[in-house]
Amino acid sequence: MNRLYMTAAAALVAAATALPAAAEEAKRGGTMVVAYKDDISTFDPAIGYDWQNWSMIKSLFDGLMDYKPGTTDLIPDLAESYAISADGLTYTFKLRPGVKFHNGRAMTAADVKYSIERAVNPATQSPGQGFFASIKGFDEMAGGGAVELAGVTTPDDSTVVIELSRPDATFLHVAAINFGFAVPKEEVEKYGPDFGRNPVGTGAYKMTEWTLGQRVVFERNADYYRPDAPYLDKIVFEVGQDPTVALLRLQRGEVDVLGDPIPSAQFVEVVNDPANKDLIVEGGLLHTGYVTMNVTQPPFDSKLVRQAVNMAINKDRILRIVNNRGVAANQPLPPAMPAYDTDYKGYAFDPAKAKALLAEAGHADGFATELYVMNTDPNPRIAQAIQQDLAEIGVKAEVKSLAQSVVIAAGGDGTAPMIWSGGMAWIADFPDPSNFYGPILGCGGAVPGGWNWAKYCNEALDAKAAAADAMVDPAKAAERLDLWRSIYIELMDDAPWAPVFNEVRFAMHSARIGGDKILFADPIHIPVHYDYVYAKDAQ
Amino acid sequence: MLSHLARRLTASLLILLGVTLITFCLTFLIPADPVRMIAGRSATPETVASIRHQLGLDRPLPVQYASYVGKLVQGDMGRSYVQKTEVATLIRSRLPATLLLMAGAIFFELLIGMPAGVFAATRRGRPADRGIMILSFAGVSTPQFVLGLLLLYVFAYLLGWFPLSGYGTPAHLVLPALTLGVAGGGWYSRMMRSSMVEVLRHDYIRTARAKGLSERGVVLVHGLRNAVLPLIAMIGLDIGIFMSGAVVVESVFGWPGIGQLAWQAIQRLDIPIIMGVTLVAAVAIVIGNLLADLVTPLIDPRIRLR
Repeated sequence: MNRLYMTAAAALVAAATALPAAAEEAKRGGTMVVAYKDDISTFDPAIGYDWQNWSMIKSLFDGLMDYKPGTTDLIPDLAESYAISADGLTYTFKLRPGVKFHNGRAMTAADVKYSIERAVNPATQSPGQGFFASIKGFDEMAGGGAVELAGVTTPDDSTVVIELSRPDATFLHVAAINFGFAVPKEEVEKYGPDFGRNPVGTGAYKMTEWTLGQRVVFERNADYYRPDAPYLDKIVFEVGQDPTVALLRLQRGEVDVLGDPIPSAQFVEVVNDPANKDLIVEGGLLHTGYVTMNVTQPPFDSKLVRQAVNMAINKDRILRIVNNRGVAANQPLPPAMPAYDTDYKGYAFDPAKAKALLAEAGHADGFATELYVMNTDPNPRIAQAIQQDLAEIGVKAEVKSLAQSVVIAAGGDGTAPMIWSGGMAWIADFPDPSNFYGPILGCGGAVPGGWNWAKYCNEALDAKAAAADAMVDPAKAAERLDLWRSIYIELMDDAPWAPVFNEVRFAMHSARIGGDKILFADPIHIPVHYDYVYAKDAQ
Repeated sequence: MLSHLARRLTASLLILLGVTLITFCLTFLIPADPVRMIAGRSATPETVASIRHQLGLDRPLPVQYASYVGKLVQGDMGRSYVQKTEVATLIRSRLPATLLLMAGAIFFELLIGMPAGVFAATRRGRPADRGIMILSFAGVSTPQFVLGLLLLYVFAYLLGWFPLSGYGTPAHLVLPALTLGVAGGGWYSRMMRSSMVEVLRHDYIRTARAKGLSERGVVLVHGLRNAVLPLIAMIGLDIGIFMSGAVVVESVFGWPGIGQLAWQAIQRLDIPIIMGVTLVAAVAIVIGNLLADLVTPLIDPRIRLR
């Protein structure tokens, strides 16, 4: 996801589990206004894949599984319960009764099957198609041969059985991902490609208005199957709002939540203002910003050179550029991700040692190269800082600041020797270590057009990754995490990346919006968990 | 007159066709792949190929272009790659706001520029003239973002006279139109001044004065009518320029115009929208120029349309 902010399930969050309480304070009713810069792209769950619509879609639609609010723990959602066969290949979901679509119709197992097939159907052009690859019959349907997914069956109206072609330890996360959320076939067929503008789901809210370029309105779904949610009657998303102006409006009381991050120019002042102390919540993100080095292009084909780059980058200085909205990173995984290695030290900042390594690699006089970066602030400034760090060790890097799509293309084509990933950086689609591997570090992604911009392909590690994801037995969960941990640490020795920092987000809301702090630091629902926050002044 | 119009329209259509051709070619020169952006990062090469085929992007370029123009004449500008909504719908939803902002901006440009230019011309060489020219220079040079935010902060946030960004009432229009009007006003005032200075030198002005007309009569009746011609041409150009979207002002004031749409489309490499907006801008410029040309002889009968 491109600019997704997902909170890290820091250990403290996992500990403080109870559903967002303050239930005695929380009242039903009221309206919340959220300001965004960009108009929403689409509400179609099979297509929506940006940081803005991801959480909104979660409020309009539901899937078999979900995450406990404020955490990264999986809980059943549309499924009341589930069972996994001993060999890990068959998942049986029992659907909860009484779920209705916004158009009044009851939801059945057939709808779940239809929705998952819709995501896999190439005609839908879903960016999430690949997540369902472990379901039996995927290749036939994705290739266009079959019209249905053989692995998904519905023995009765309230049971969905999914058979996998191989054990997949991440499958429950796949069952929770937006792309498979339940959609009603008759509405999809009625609206065709305009379904994204006329969403009909089972979610806590339904969309009642979308004035293009101006405003989207959500209203509470009176038939929602959860008794305790949502609290708000209405959410108004005002789009086209410049973040600086949105901040002014929040201070005036016209806006309740900032959808975009607090603008850099006002950040320090706003965060240090004592009046804002309770209004800003800090949360980690399942994000890592890194520099990729194309291992197929000399001189980056030398491990020593890549390690030298790792040692040359002054991460603290870069953190200052982003107002310390992050923590220094020394490995591919972010601290909040399970399998993060807290003991690993990584490559220390040591320009002298870096120069020595370069000399050992035969580049005592340094070399010239290019550093690609996305052209929106603060990324060019970060690239300049990296450029200076590299100059210290004799590497002359020309900064190429270009449009996002152009940099992505250069990375995919393998023409870019170095890329600073900011603005395009990897943020986990779901909170599992495997999500950081496949497309960006595995051999599968090292193809033309792939997102493994380092073009790094280590067959041995790929085999280990596959083995780790085949460990579906819950009793082996810890062992699986250990295996993933070792994969990433081993990878750091090869150093195809120079991890720089993990972003931290600061959610700002007005005083009248209440809710447990974890709802504003929620890893999955950004900027806030729309279903559980409430208005303190509701009647 | 009619034959002139017919000739102009034919020429305009050819110009517009040329615009579509050039824009089309340019979008394909961009070293980025919209299909990969749509397909996302988990897509297999088969999926990418399938999407490419569905969007018709695997056909030879001339075929794609011909198909695009064919649909265009039927009013179909295609569908956005990102939103899947029809481009025509998206642009149509933004037109009222854009037209309103354009009208407001031109209004303020004239309101500021014309009196300032006339005033400066009649006091040529004196401190008032210098002062106005310096102010106009400042107006032209100030970045719109700075001016817009300044006006917003002072008049909307601190004083509360106007709403803090948004769209809907005349009050919402004032600050954004004023921001655009100040910069344009600077240009207009200079143009008005030099045109007026030139006109005031003519013999018929001397005659008018000799006849005993008041200075105000001379300037406003005889002088202005002749001096305003270059401004008409500029207004025609302005119509076109504003219709292509005032991105910065729209961003600052949350104005739902075409500029915001274009900016978002460019970021996301949403080519159908980019082409649609470019075409709308080209149409607006052509119409604007045509209008300016038609209005000119009404003001100065000596100019005949040939």
